[in-house]
Amino acid sequence: MKKEITFTLNNEKVVVEVDPKWTLLYFLRNIMEMTGTKEGCGYGECGACTVIVDGQAINSCIYPVLEAEGRKIVTIEGLMAKNGELDPLQKAFVDEGAVQCGFCIPGMIMSSKALLDEKEKPTEDEIKESIEGNLCRCTGYVKIIDAIKSVAGGR
Amino acid sequence: MKGFEYHKPQTVKEAIDLMEGLENAKYIAGGTDVMVLIRQKKLAPNCLISLRNIGDLAYMETEGGLRIGSAVTHNAIAKNEFIQKRYCALADAANKVGSRQIRNVATMGGNICNAAPSADTACPLLVLDAKVAIVGKKGEREVPIDDFFLGPNKVALEAGEIVKGFNMPAFGENTGSAYIKHTRRQAMDLPMLGVAARVTIKIGGSEVGCKDAFCTVDSISNILKKLEDENLVCEDVRIAMGVVAPRPIRAKKAEEAMRGKVISEKLFEELGEIAASESQPRDSIRGEAWYRRDMVKVLTKRAILKAVDRVIRPDDTIWPERLW
Repeated sequence: MKKEITFTLNNEKVVVEVDPKWTLLYFLRNIMEMTGTKEGCGYGECGACTVIVDGQAINSCIYPVLEAEGRKIVTIEGLMAKNGELDPLQKAFVDEGAVQCGFCIPGMIMSSKALLDEKEKPTEDEIKESIEGNLCRCTGYVKIIDAIKSVAGGR
Repeated sequence: MKGFEYHKPQTVKEAIDLMEGLENAKYIAGGTDVMVLIRQKKLAPNCLISLRNIGDLAYMETEGGLRIGSAVTHNAIAKNEFIQKRYCALADAANKVGSRQIRNVATMGGNICNAAPSADTACPLLVLDAKVAIVGKKGEREVPIDDFFLGPNKVALEAGEIVKGFNMPAFGENTGSAYIKHTRRQAMDLPMLGVAARVTIKIGGSEVGCKDAFCTVDSISNILKKLEDENLVCEDVRIAMGVVAPRPIRAKKAEEAMRGKVISEKLFEELGEIAASESQPRDSIRGEAWYRRDMVKVLTKRAILKAVDRVIRPDDTIWPERLW
């Protein structure tokens, strides 16, 4: 039943055998053992599983793994430089104290990363829109928005 | 989770042939409904046939109207400048579906074929006189969107048929449209009520006077008072409501009552009553029936005025941008 597919994961080409019933999230966490991407609700409601596919943020928990074929996928693990240096966006989340329990943060960062890749200087409304599908039960979102703004040069 | 095969046809014909030859197969587009149902074990297909890689379903043509392929995502619709300007109701709705992550993959064809009573893009299609282009084994056919919805999650598709896209006519400069989604929170919520409107207007008085009426932070009733002097005639109108019936519906009696009339507070009062009487909302976790029926009155007025505002002040930089 398994099928072989090829795609780009965090700038590296991967050729893997996958089961059609897997979601992209299952594949990332259980096969690639990249557990930075989280499973929250599993129904596309909370955004903890957000990854970037061909430049667009998507919920990987309801994304069939076979649709990854030929596409470029970036996960939270792909943001850090090879020498261990954090992405400016990750740094901003640390500096602004935007993280409490941290479970939603990989998703938050991937959603805002997709926005910043598309638009260098988004407005506050655009920032809010980009993370509207990411639920956070700790922070109240204010510091998260501040962190994204600080990278976007919006303050 | 039960296993399934996953097919990725490249053409419409291939997809239809696959569907005919496979048992217990299901089409999947963006998957934001189908994958959730599978994960919730409410759906257990043996095979999924993906429509995501079919180039023929991903078109968007704007000459002499608007033709949108069923596999176009909500985000592509919401961010399209032509749709934002000329088919505002559709842009309003597409921009309000789910979250950014959902809109990036969820397709309009999927939203319509899932046929939830709350489907956001359904009301705009109803007011924009859309026709559903369907393709199947026997060839192609077109169905008016009003005949396409049969009930909750039921549409007029025969076995194996695929929605190819949605065709809408061109509207003149004096036509505007709007969709208002009434929710408890801004994002990631289904509407408690959704109302779309399209109006074609004729200004009897002065155009500047109409602009003045809208360029204010005043209350709606004061705007209407000012408008009354301008003899603003509603030449044609469409009103559609979501979540007030087993399927998205048109408020046809209210439309009839408004056609050819001068816009006034009194007209809206009558209109609201008629539209509310045409709705059959029920109590649900998102809102009670009485509240929904009351809100039909409020939102039909707002949606129509929002559409009128867009005709009178097409320039979006104009002050103030009202929170209709």
